[in-house]
Amino acid sequence: MGKNMKLVTNPLNLNNPILVQILGICSALAVTVKLEPAIVMAVSVTLVVAFANVIISLLRNTIPSRIRIIVQLVVIAALVIVVDQILKAYSYTVSKQLSVFVGLIITNCILMGRLEAFALGNKPWQSFLDGVGNGGGYSLILIIVAFVRELLGSGTLTLPSVGEIQIIPQSFYDAGYQNNGLVILPPAALIIVGVIIWVQRSYTRELIDEKE
Amino acid sequence: MKGLRKYIEKIKPRFEKGGKYENWHSVFESFETFLFVSGETAPKKGAHIRDAIDSKRLMSVVVIALIPAMLFGMWNSGYQHFLSLGQNVAFFQEFWHGFIKVLPIILVSYIAGLGTEFVFVYIKKKEIEEGFLVSGLLIPLIVPVDIPLWMVAVATILAVIFGKEVFGGTGMNIVNPALLTRAILFFAYPSKMSGDKIWISGLEKGTGIVDGFSGATPLAQAASTTHEQLTQHGFQFFDGFKENAINFYDMFMGWIPGSIGETSTLMILIGAAILLYTGVASWKIMLSGLVGAAVMGIMLNTFATPTNPYMALPFYYHYVMGGFAFGLVFMATDPVSAAQTERGKWIYGFLIGVMAILIRVLNPAYPEGMMLAILLMNVFAPLIDYYVIRGNVSKRLKRVKVK
Repeated sequence: MGKNMKLVTNPLNLNNPILVQILGICSALAVTVKLEPAIVMAVSVTLVVAFANVIISLLRNTIPSRIRIIVQLVVIAALVIVVDQILKAYSYTVSKQLSVFVGLIITNCILMGRLEAFALGNKPWQSFLDGVGNGGGYSLILIIVAFVRELLGSGTLTLPSVGEIQIIPQSFYDAGYQNNGLVILPPAALIIVGVIIWVQRSYTRELIDEKE
Repeated sequence: MKGLRKYIEKIKPRFEKGGKYENWHSVFESFETFLFVSGETAPKKGAHIRDAIDSKRLMSVVVIALIPAMLFGMWNSGYQHFLSLGQNVAFFQEFWHGFIKVLPIILVSYIAGLGTEFVFVYIKKKEIEEGFLVSGLLIPLIVPVDIPLWMVAVATILAVIFGKEVFGGTGMNIVNPALLTRAILFFAYPSKMSGDKIWISGLEKGTGIVDGFSGATPLAQAASTTHEQLTQHGFQFFDGFKENAINFYDMFMGWIPGSIGETSTLMILIGAAILLYTGVASWKIMLSGLVGAAVMGIMLNTFATPTNPYMALPFYYHYVMGGFAFGLVFMATDPVSAAQTERGKWIYGFLIGVMAILIRVLNPAYPEGMMLAILLMNVFAPLIDYYVIRGNVSKRLKRVKVK
């Protein structure tokens, strides 16, 4: 059981897909301007990667290795379409905000990476846990980045089914405070991810490169 | 002076290893070497030749060269302010108004920047570096006079951390930290960094402003010239009032709205003379920058179209408008972020001139192209150096005879 637990906890920190493997950066830049789309995106990716892992793991002995990439893509694409339709049906505004990025989950490097590296060689239950762990690691970073960007860039936090909450009080604005426009721009997401990597490496000995 | 030296010698042991304030050693040492040239000459081992001028002295020369532009900027801030109020006041009153406005910006920039550096020095336990001595004075001179102080502080801290300290401190930075501060301000708080209202102190608040006064800079005026105006009158510039035309000479002298220290080309030329005489800045970068701007300006003149009348502006106007002169003299020549090779400096300066004019004239979103041009070329400088060195290597390899 301890080993299975590690499948979930490892990707949260030591083997985080964004911070350590540097995968899935593109969507971390694109959907983190507001917190709500980031949360929805995080949940969608976690669901897709977990279930794609299970399906590929079930099929792993029957997929001919020559066409495995195509099979993986078909599975991911099918799941993404399901997620996209659910979003359109139940939270149309978020689906509009995410626009093309839901479809682009198909090209998210984390998905192909986990399918190739893990699901093809492991049992369904382990693959599911691995998918949940990696989706969780991705979600964690996405939500942190979106939190910082929305707070500093718009002064608000948008939560699903709650809506926009004004965090920075009006009196601050009256006193001359202004939202930071730089944080809204995509490069700021890279800087924030960089800062998170900086903090993580200064606290985690295992990740520090040995001095030459 | 002697007393100060004696005092430093007296308190020195407390900061040495085992002393009471051991942790503050690096901070102490930086102050000591700032006040007095370090007594060390050549190291015991190796053959290193050392100049008596260390980088703290070098930076001081740049600070001295900046003083004419700074003093003029203070006076001009006051002059523009009282012009907008329609009042005629004494020279000293104008200077005093600007002084009161500019001094806090200088203080905030130094406190925020040096504070950040001290924190990093304390964490890393290394000697503090002197790079911020110049950046701290450059930052106030390239921002509008009415910029809120907290914005200056935020941008300075971010620029020092992400522009300098993460790369390893002074001498390791890829881009010029002062210019990065301005870029952060520009993208983070565009409403306080661009437009017609922010260049003159008190204009945005709008109390007591004379009717019909506009705070548009010559750059903005040139950009908004229409084709009809151009064909009827040619390019026309005016100060706050439509009827007061200003010409090339006024822009050269610098009594125009703009960032604090960048308006007066004359004062910048004095600074340039100091820098060139002492050999601190590279004349190659300055000259090739001027040539680059001229080439690009003439090229745009040749292809000027009715849809963008700005293209017809004679190239020499670009020298005296906006931050071109200031950027070329004080920012582009920054020895750390500029190209290091001699041929590289020609290419680097030339491309800065070309890019600055290109961005100014052809990109309506950025009225001033100098900041972006220098930052862009800062990033490319190592690449230029690399190819210059490779070119030299292959040239010399040809001379080698293989037997």
